[in-house]
Amino acid sequence: MKIMHKMAALLKSKYLLTLALFLPFISRAQDAAPMAETFRSNGKIYVVVLVICTIFAGIILFLVNLERKIKKLEKNQPK
Amino acid sequence: MRKSWWKILCVLLLTFAFVGGLLLPVPEMFILNETIRNLFFHVPMWFGMIILFTASLVYSIRYLRKGNLVDDIYALQFINTGLLFGTLGLITGMEWAQFTWGAAWSNDPKELSAAICMLIYFATLALRSSVNDPDKRAKLGAVFNVFAYALLIPLLFVLPRLTDSLHPGNGGNPGFNTKDMAPELRPTFYIAVLGWILLGVWITSLRIRFSLLIKKDILHENNA
Repeated sequence: MKIMHKMAALLKSKYLLTLALFLPFISRAQDAAPMAETFRSNGKIYVVVLVICTIFAGIILFLVNLERKIKKLEKNQPK
Repeated sequence: MRKSWWKILCVLLLTFAFVGGLLLPVPEMFILNETIRNLFFHVPMWFGMIILFTASLVYSIRYLRKGNLVDDIYALQFINTGLLFGTLGLITGMEWAQFTWGAAWSNDPKELSAAICMLIYFATLALRSSVNDPDKRAKLGAVFNVFAYALLIPLLFVLPRLTDSLHPGNGGNPGFNTKDMAPELRPTFYIAVLGWILLGVWITSLRIRFSLLIKKDILHENNA
């Protein structure tokens, strides 16, 4: 309980307020780095996801098809 | 279908890696910005290459012990797919570096050693293709593959760590440092790595089966 009181006192004290004044200078390095927010808010990122998934699906279908052809060749081999 | 469960797993893992890799939240960093997501696409290429080269080494050693040409075909095709992954890793790395490090090529120790590695592997392929006799070619290829792998380890994992590098995890740091990668990146990253390794093995298995069909006459002679 004593710790809680001490923390409450610290929160009310002016010391913390002065510290808060310097906060912008201390925390400047952690300011949000520019990320693709407009890109995402426009919803356009999903187009890229769709395109990549389409290419991936195409490659996988190609591989499956190739595997089927090889399987057919393997079956036709004279033992 | 009974043997293809890992191919389905590969597709599922990679689909998650593509969708999650582009949409899941990532740490906000200066300079890197959204390109931090390249971790899910560029780095798995190198992990895939190392695993494929390791598989190749195992088959080369098997060939040297038993002299079965089938093992040599396995070793060769694992190198081929590994080089495909390495080439893609190099190109994607250069594209990434152009926008984050300011130049496509900055003679970073890891860039240089990765390039040297690839050249060594390309050289072993050139060397083995210059020999006509299949047994001699296989033996030469296997021996040089062991040497190439022995160079791969110091070049990729030891030398870049002895000096400062733009790559994370270098400059005296141990590998798998907990500070090198934000924890929220790890699950997607490992899923992507596993997916790409499985895709590499899948492509290699098709190449192996194709090669076995083409070379069945030589193989038949060899076993008879």
